[in-house]
Order: sequence, then structure tokens, then C-alpha cells
Amino acid sequence: MSGTAHPGLNLGASDARAHERSETPVFGFWVFLMSDLIIFGILFAHYIVMTDARAFGPGPAQLFDLKSVAAQTSLLLASSYTYGMASLAMKHRERIRPVALWLIVTAILGATFPGLELRDFANMIAEGGVPQRSGYLSALWALVGLHGLHVAVGLVWIAVMLALLAVRGLSNRTKTRLLLLGLYWHFLDLIWIGILSIVYLGGLA
Amino acid sequence: MARQATDPIFGRLDWSVTPFDDFLAAPSIDEAVASAAAAAVPLGALAVIAVLTWKGLWGALWRDWLTTADHKRIGIMYIVLAGVMMLRAVAEGFVMRAHQVTALDGGVLSSEHFAQLFSTHGTIMIFFVATPLVTGLMNFAVPLQIGARDVAFPVLNQVSLALTASGAGLVMISLVIGQFGTGGWTMYPPYTSATFSPGPGVDYWVWAIGISGIGSTLAGLNIAVTIYKNRAPGMRFLRMPMFTWTALCTSIMMIYAFPALTVATAMMALDRTLGFHFFTNDLGGNMMQYANIFWMFGHPEVYIVVLPAYGVFSEVSSTFSAKRLYGYNSLVIATMAIAVISFTVWLHHFFTMGQGARVNAAFGIATMIIAVPTGVKVYDWMATMFRGRVRLSVPIIYLVGFFFLFVFGGLTGVVLANPTIDYQIHNSQFLVGHFHNVLIPGVIFGVLAGIHYWFPKAFGFRLHERTARVGACLWFAGFVFAFLPLYWLGLMGMPRRSATYDNPAFEPVMWVTAGGAAIVVAALGVTVWNFYASTRDRAALACPVGDPWDGRSLEWSVPAPPPAYNFYALPQVKSLDPWTIEKAEGAPYQPADAYEDIEMPRPTSLGVVIGGAAFAMGFAVTWWVWWLAGVSLAVIAGAVIARAFVQDTTRTIPAREVEAAHQKVLQQARQIRAVDRDDEIAPANLGHAAPEVPA
Repeated sequence: MSGTAHPGLNLGASDARAHERSETPVFGFWVFLMSDLIIFGILFAHYIVMTDARAFGPGPAQLFDLKSVAAQTSLLLASSYTYGMASLAMKHRERIRPVALWLIVTAILGATFPGLELRDFANMIAEGGVPQRSGYLSALWALVGLHGLHVAVGLVWIAVMLALLAVRGLSNRTKTRLLLLGLYWHFLDLIWIGILSIVYLGGLA
Repeated sequence: MARQATDPIFGRLDWSVTPFDDFLAAPSIDEAVASAAAAAVPLGALAVIAVLTWKGLWGALWRDWLTTADHKRIGIMYIVLAGVMMLRAVAEGFVMRAHQVTALDGGVLSSEHFAQLFSTHGTIMIFFVATPLVTGLMNFAVPLQIGARDVAFPVLNQVSLALTASGAGLVMISLVIGQFGTGGWTMYPPYTSATFSPGPGVDYWVWAIGISGIGSTLAGLNIAVTIYKNRAPGMRFLRMPMFTWTALCTSIMMIYAFPALTVATAMMALDRTLGFHFFTNDLGGNMMQYANIFWMFGHPEVYIVVLPAYGVFSEVSSTFSAKRLYGYNSLVIATMAIAVISFTVWLHHFFTMGQGARVNAAFGIATMIIAVPTGVKVYDWMATMFRGRVRLSVPIIYLVGFFFLFVFGGLTGVVLANPTIDYQIHNSQFLVGHFHNVLIPGVIFGVLAGIHYWFPKAFGFRLHERTARVGACLWFAGFVFAFLPLYWLGLMGMPRRSATYDNPAFEPVMWVTAGGAAIVVAALGVTVWNFYASTRDRAALACPVGDPWDGRSLEWSVPAPPPAYNFYALPQVKSLDPWTIEKAEGAPYQPADAYEDIEMPRPTSLGVVIGGAAFAMGFAVTWWVWWLAGVSLAVIAGAVIARAFVQDTTRTIPAREVEAAHQKVLQQARQIRAVDRDDEIAPANLGHAAPEVPA
């Protein structure tokens, strides 16, 4: 492989042309994620600024359920592991079945995450923690909600990839898309670790 | 906030939303102006539809333009879009100046109407004139300059344009249906919150800017990735033309600055539509957060639009002086420095909003520092012209105008950068003078220079030189009379955005600026007229060989207009100014050693679908037509997913065909006489340059 090839490509053993062709989309998607990161970065900064803007409304102590957050964290990290297995299966097994199976496992784990998150949101609403209540809660819902929205989009994307695998098989274009989805899925972990540390652990510390 | 009951089908739309019924109910000059402007939109659209139908151009428009993924055509469409929007925004500027001569203790327009005018004027000029103009130039020129066949993501490019166009459409339709916000182009809350501005006006702004902002982020991403990944063999970073360098810096800035705008508009939408408390007065909302987030985008935006103009001036100063660009490396470093420092100065937009002396001092110093790399550039361009064989062609006339006028605006910026002085003159006409003084001679003159420079490359014929020179002089004169008096007004104490004033001393100055505005309108008219007149006389202005200015970079080595795939064979780049070197070595226009099959993107209607749906969504949310918003969002998602299943996304042009086309072009180049620079604007200049020595 040439020195300019992008690191971390898992397209299979020896297809130089496919590697080269996937370089631009992968690099472009990295850039897109950096841009998306700015959005999250601003929301994190905004959340920190608004920590005390509670207007006598509920705060972390009333709203957060660390057990549920721990479960969500484990689910999301586990789903990243299973996505990694899907990537390895794509590179080394070159068969549709194992890739699809690992994707389905990822989707199940991933879908449980927003399920728990929605339950948390419902509890927050029951406690009076709606985003319209205070500047703090607006910031909280925007940050955590945007992450949840990203996970939901990721789940739709996994469904589309399963359909593509069924219709088109493991073509080079499908493989490239799986690479991008992998970047996206791991990126969401990264954001979640930030949310866990700053919003949940930071809020209850 | 409790929302009033609305119709499930039409939301808050009803028959009272156009300005026409207000005019009929109570005729006045104010309402007549609003109605005439509102009538201009559907009439203009009807006129365009009529011409297209009459000339039978619908098929060509759809096939060759709306569905194309060709970066050159997309670039041209960006510029046409910006041109149409500019007609409106310049007209608004003129109406405001005309109003202000009558505004001593009153005025013909209502203050509400005047506030809408300065809000739309600023919004359009920044987001739908300056930004698409530079995006269009980058789209057109960058792939040609780096020896690429297209941008990295041609279909995404089309989608970016469509999103920008749908934002522009929302601003246009606000003239007819409802009204626009009155909070200025920055739309500061809490004035623009649902409490104080409950109507649809601010929502129009939020969605127009939000949608087009995403388009700009994606456009920046595309251009940056193109420059990183699609350069021709041998095109190292320090061999890239200066315009490509500025495009690289601008697109990186777009990637990092526009997300802040996306966040600011999304938060504003949540505040207004769902009752969140990001920026409200009550329940812990904090307006300062808006000022910070908005200007984290807003300041880099200034440099996003001006850097490509600097790039054009770099190309122009060297080409029309027949000299290598002076201080290439220093220009690269200065460009990069500006791109970085521009992210550290945003706070100077609100020195007076209470963050204390230390913070203000830090940002004031950063603001003064950013003037230094710009100064480096100005000296480099002057040194490039020094002892060159300068032709005073239109692009370099704009450069000379820029030297005098822009530097003046830059100096008033350094004045404003001092927080203590800023306390006196912020929000005055002095500020209005300053930013027009940098944006018009900087961006508009730069883009006009670029358009006159690359027009022959895009269309295969030059623009009339004499008319264009008259236009340039009118631009200078109009600018000077319309905007320099504002410094004086500001120092006399006139606030910006004043619909009316009570100091009689302002009135004579208003007459001068209104006269200047009239000259600007004339300048725009001459510029537009020249496009028409030059198209009419295109046979006498033709330059099919494609090198009318004795150009230096790769785009001048291909015919005009270039083939869809840009290069018959990818060039091998060995130095800066590769085309000049090739001509100096005496062997330009040679067949390639080998030709290969070329894979090009097929046309697609994805952009039209997504742009149309985004427009419908923005309109629907503005008017609380929730079902339509849901349907539009589903259409966007469905289109993106469906696209993943399309297989034949490219077409292949066989090598034989490419070779035959190249042979034909080479034969034409051999038959056409090479002209030297004395004949540059004569009909004999068919685009075959007799190169100047030395290179």
C-alpha cells in the first residue's frame, strides 16, 4: 500500500484499487465528524455555562438515575465492540452472514440504549424536568437529546446497511459504507463518554 | 408560552399575510413600496418561466444545469443565484438611502418596514450574496487549478447548492407571504424571542439561515477534501496556485465555523417553536450565549468570504503583470495565519456587553494582530506589480481600487479594535461605514475581478473590456459617495439602523450617500448589461483556445469552455505556475503519451429533491404547518436512503473518444494565431497566447 493510504481501512486483504477508492470518502467522513464534533463541543460548553441557570427547577440530584446511565453506557460500549466484530468479519471472513449477524447484534444493543434513555426522559418529565422549565434543562435536553438523535440515525443506517447487504452483497461500495458507519458509531461512544463524565458524573459529584 | 389555536392544515397561514391587502386597506408610500417589492417576486418568476417556455429551454435547464454534478456548472449556478439575490439587496440598500433623505423627523417608510429592509439587506448580502459568490468561484476554479476532473463528492456538491438555494428561496418568499424579522442580520434575542417577535419573520430567518448554513458546511467539506485528495500528480501543496490556497483555508474555516451557526439557529428555533429557554429573559435563559455562539461563526465568516477574494487578487496581480507572484510563501503563511487568528477575535463584536476590561483587551489585541497578515498580502501584491508588464485590464483595475479603498477600511477596523474607542463609536454609522468599506472593496471587488478573469474560461468568450471598465469606475465612485460619508455621520453621533433622526446636520450627508447609492445601482446595471451585451457579441469576443490572459496555472491550459472532465490527460506538475513554464519551454498544446477511460458522475435529481423538500420544511415550520414539515423531512430522509441503492452512478467516457476530442482541440490551437499582450482585448485574441518572457 502506498504511503498516502488512509490508516484503518478494513476492506479485505489485497484490493489496492478498492483501498484507493475508499480513501476519499473515509477522509471526507472524518472531516464531517470533526465538524459534527464542533456542534457537540458548543453544546458541551453551553451546558457547562448553564449549570447554575436552574431557575429553582430540578437539578441533577432529582433527575439523574446513575444505574440507568451505567446500563446505557455498558450497552453503548458493548455495541461498539460488536460493531468492531462486524468490521473484522468484513475484512477476514468476506461473507455476508457473519457481518450481518454482528450488525444485528449491534442494532439490538444500540436500540436498547435509546429505550432506556427514553425511560429516563419520561422520568425526568415526571419530576418536572422538562426543557421548558429552565435554561439548565434546555441545555441538558439539547446535549443529551442530540446524542440520542444521532444514535437513532445510526440505527436507521444499520437497517439500511442490512438491506444493502441483502440486495447488493459485500461490494466494495457497501464495504466503504460499513467503514463510515463504523466511524460514526464509535464517534457516538466518544460523545457519550463526554456526556457521562460531564453531565452525569459531573452533575452528581 | 401558550400558542394560539391554529388550523391543522394551514397552520397560521391565512389570506391576510400578503402586503397587498394592507395597501388596499390603507394606501401609503410605505405600503406601496412593500407591495411593489412583493409583486416583483411572482412577476420575476413568471417572466423567467415565460422566457424558458418561449425559448423551449426547460429540457436543457433540467438536463444540463439542475441535475448536473459538474463542478463548473454548479459554480456558475452559485454565482447566478448570488447575482439574483444581489439585485434585491442592492435595491433594498437604495430604498433605505432614499428613505433616509426624507427621514429628518419622520420619513416615507414606517420604522417597521425600515427594520425589515436592513434585516433582509444584511442577511441576503452575507448569506446569499457574499457566501455563494465565493463558494461559486471556488467550485468553478479549484478543480481546474489543481488538475482534478471534479470535486471529491460531486453529488454532495449539488446538494449543497440546493440547500443554499432553498434558504434563498425562503428569504424571497418572505416578501410575498408574511414579513421578515426586524432584528437585523444577527437577530439578537431576546428581542427576536417568541415573546417580543411572535410573528413568522424571525422564523423565516432561522430556517433560511439554518438550511443554507448546512449547505455551506458541506460545500466547505467538499472543497477541502478535493484539495487534499484530488490534486494532479506532482501538485504539491507549495505548488498550488494562491487562489487554491485561499480556497483551502476558507473551506477549512467553513467546516469549523458554520456548525456554530447551525447550533445558534437550532437553539433559536427550539426557543421560538418549542418554548426552550436558551436565550430568553426568564427562567435562566442567557442572551450572551447567543452573542458568543453566533459570533464564533460570524467573525470567521468575514474571513471566509474575503480570503477567496485575496486569492483572486493574487492570481490577477501576477497574471496581468506577467510576473511570478512575489512572496508566495509569505502569502501562504499570511493566509493560514488569518484563518487561525480569525477564530480568536469574535468578542470584538460586543465589547460593550459587559465582559470586563481584561477580556476586552485580549480580544482587542488579537483583532489588531489580524491586520498584520493582511498588510503582508497588500505589500506582496504591490511588489508583484512592481516592474511587471502591467496591463490595466478590468481585474487589475479592481485590484487597484482595492488597494486604496480596502486599506482605508482595514485601518478603520484597527480603530474599532481598540475597546476604549469602540465604546464611543460602536453601533454608530461609523461601524456601518467600516464593514461596508471592507466587504465591498474586499469581497465584491475581488469577486468581480474573479468573474471578469474566469468568465472567458467558463463560457468561451471575453466580456467587453470598455463597458466593464466603466462599470468598475462606477463601483468605485458609488462606493466612495455612498459609504465614506458614514464615517463622518457616525462621528457626529448618528446610530446605525436609524429609521429617523432629529439632527438637521445629518440631512445633507444623507443626500450625498443617496447619490452614492444611485451610482452603485448604475454600476450594478452596467455590470449586468455587460453580461448581456457580451453574450450578444460573443462571436467577436470568442477565445476558444482558452488562454486569453496568458495565464499561469493549469486552468488556462484547457480549452474554453473546458470539457466536462476538465483534462484530456491528467497533467504532471513540476513547479509553481506549470502552464507558464510549459509555454516558456516552447511546447504547449502537445498530445498526451496515453489516454485512459474517464469515469464521470451521472446527472441526478437528488439535489432538486432535497432542496425542494428543505424549502418546504422551512416554510412549513415558519407557518406551523406541521404535517408538511413531517412530510418534507421524510422526503429528505427517503431520498438520501434511496440514493444508497442507486447503482449506475457514473458513466465512462472511452479513451478513444477523449483522444479524438483532444486531437481536435490541439489542431484548433495550432491553427489559431498566437497574439501578444498588445492585442489582449482585440478580436484577434482567440485565446492563444504568445507568452511573455521572462516567466
